[in-house]
Amino acid sequence: MSALSPEVPAGLARAAADAPTAARPDLLASTVSVIRSDSPLIRLRGVTKRYGTGQAALMALNCIDLDINAGEFVAIMGPSGSGKSTAMNILGCLDTPSDGQYLFRGTHVEALSRDQRARLRRRYLGFVFQGFNLLARTSAQENVELPLLYRGESASRRQAAAAAAKALQSVGLGGWEHHTPGELSGGQQQRVAIARAIVTEPAVVLADEPTGNLDTQRSQEIMELLRGLNVEHGITVLMVTHEPDMAAYARRVVRFIDGRIESDQPNPLLVPPRPLHAPAAQPRRS
Amino acid sequence: MLLNTLYLALRSIRRNLLRSFLTILGIVIGVSAVITMVTLGKGATLAVQAQISSLGTNLLMVRPGQRQGPGGGSGGAPSFKEADADAVLAQIGGVAAAAPEGRTGVTVVSNGRNWATNVTGSTNSWFVTGNWKLASGREFEDDEQRAGAAVCIIGETVRREIFGGMRGLGEQLRIKQFSCEVIGVLASKGQAAMGNDQDDIVLVPLHTLQRRVTGNQRVATLLVSMQDGTDSTRLKSSLRQLLRERRKLAEGDDDNFNILDTQQVAEALSGTTQVMTTLLGAVAAVSLLVGGIGIMNIMLVSVTERTREIGLRLAIGALEREVLLQFLIEAVVLAALGGLVGMIIATGASYLLAGAMGVPYVFGPAINVLSLVFAAGIGVVFGYFPAKRAARMDPIEALRHE
Repeated sequence: MSALSPEVPAGLARAAADAPTAARPDLLASTVSVIRSDSPLIRLRGVTKRYGTGQAALMALNCIDLDINAGEFVAIMGPSGSGKSTAMNILGCLDTPSDGQYLFRGTHVEALSRDQRARLRRRYLGFVFQGFNLLARTSAQENVELPLLYRGESASRRQAAAAAAKALQSVGLGGWEHHTPGELSGGQQQRVAIARAIVTEPAVVLADEPTGNLDTQRSQEIMELLRGLNVEHGITVLMVTHEPDMAAYARRVVRFIDGRIESDQPNPLLVPPRPLHAPAAQPRRS
Repeated sequence: MLLNTLYLALRSIRRNLLRSFLTILGIVIGVSAVITMVTLGKGATLAVQAQISSLGTNLLMVRPGQRQGPGGGSGGAPSFKEADADAVLAQIGGVAAAAPEGRTGVTVVSNGRNWATNVTGSTNSWFVTGNWKLASGREFEDDEQRAGAAVCIIGETVRREIFGGMRGLGEQLRIKQFSCEVIGVLASKGQAAMGNDQDDIVLVPLHTLQRRVTGNQRVATLLVSMQDGTDSTRLKSSLRQLLRERRKLAEGDDDNFNILDTQQVAEALSGTTQVMTTLLGAVAAVSLLVGGIGIMNIMLVSVTERTREIGLRLAIGALEREVLLQFLIEAVVLAALGGLVGMIIATGASYLLAGAMGVPYVFGPAINVLSLVFAAGIGVVFGYFPAKRAARMDPIEALRHE
């Protein structure tokens, strides 16, 4: 996976900037290779992802431009194969573009090494997956501590434990610290996963179909939780979903089709926030 | 970071207790086999050395015939005479004692019991050459030796079989057609290197044996003990020269006697047991290697099985080397744990087996430490490949793994 060296994309970026984009034309003017202090949290310019080579090459992403500001709640939608998952992997610094630039807080992610991207992830990003991905036979508490142990900043394990307990509390699982995933319902497992994503106090939480394995009731609870993180803690939330009901919680919806952005607009169907400044859908205690 | 990684590794071992146990089984068996073999071998070597030195240190055994051992026989070579022993002591420097010895099988009777044993005829020098001590009683008087008096000194086995709980001193013991008085009891020596009972013996003065038991003047063996620090090669060559003269061998004739140096026998025997120990240890070490392959096998399975977990760890920001280190530490901790358990089992097993085999138990710190280090090393070597595979995973692929 070769990232472009930082000096090459300077021209490319300008070319990308000139390319017509449907959304946010107001931002195009500021598109230069030098990042200004008021630049957005996330900036994609001409991001392309190719699989394979030559005639058989598959363009998973085709020259994507996208800006996301801190504090946004963005839903990424689109049919299967539209490139939304690829975009999510690149946004989450798990993958690098074949072409184009990805600036995260002004850093050229495409030029970073594997370990540098890992450091960026553990410092700024939190992940929530469709399949929860909790460690089996490991207590909720230990699952939530995991990212802190890798981050190594909170040196003492006691501090990590305290932070994990606090994160579990904030997703409504106070008192469930010592239950293993096998003893928790799907909704509760996803809450543990969210606690794990926010325990490092990340700038961005990336959620990949977070409600894909849950029933409607639990899905709504999880969505309220994500919205709470966004509204109350100012965490930027990027969420991939194909359910319009879930996308309705986001304030901005980006639609992908055939590796391109088809539309990017404020959400017209915004679900009215239930008491905006009170905790969103305070989960049941037990 | 290292501490946290160690903590993560230990946690994941604890999460899979049964599998962890099965993983280390090979190492446990390997380490315990190596340590047990080497410990028992060391004990056996020591036992052999102790038994040989109980024969008498710096002892030369001279017998008629060209070679010794089973099937050697005297081959018609003339036996020695009593005077040969005196000549050896008088004419060769560095000789501490020289004892003529004759021996024959008899049945002894006393106290209403009988016992088949060997009667040995010799002089008081025999106590020096054979490194014998008296448990009770006295040695022969000079005139008893000269006259071939009816006195005897018995070994512990004979005393026990004939006299049971009694001391035996002063009792009459019948050997063939004559009765003799028991004037002493030998201190017990136990089994010899070849397994024969050294305490199964009746000692009489040489003249008593010659006149009353065998009826001839033959001396079957000369026992010669050297003074400490004597050059045994030079002494043996003088001894050979003297005996050739006394036995009137012409130049060019082969020796019709042979000299056995117990020191050489001791060295040869303990050399043999050491070779056996090394061999058994090496065979056991192969099982250690197999144990290492077992660890690699299970670690590879574990890496595949935990692909999603690895993907998650990488996604939330684990560095490549942190994942590598975690799996490596898991392998090393498992292997070292196996080594430790193997050590404990080996200590118990070699203690019990040493008792059953009648060899002393000697704890060898070197082999224990070596095995432990080797086991941990096996963990590093065989854990590296699976760990590298885990660390190199693409987080996206790994997370998608079913």
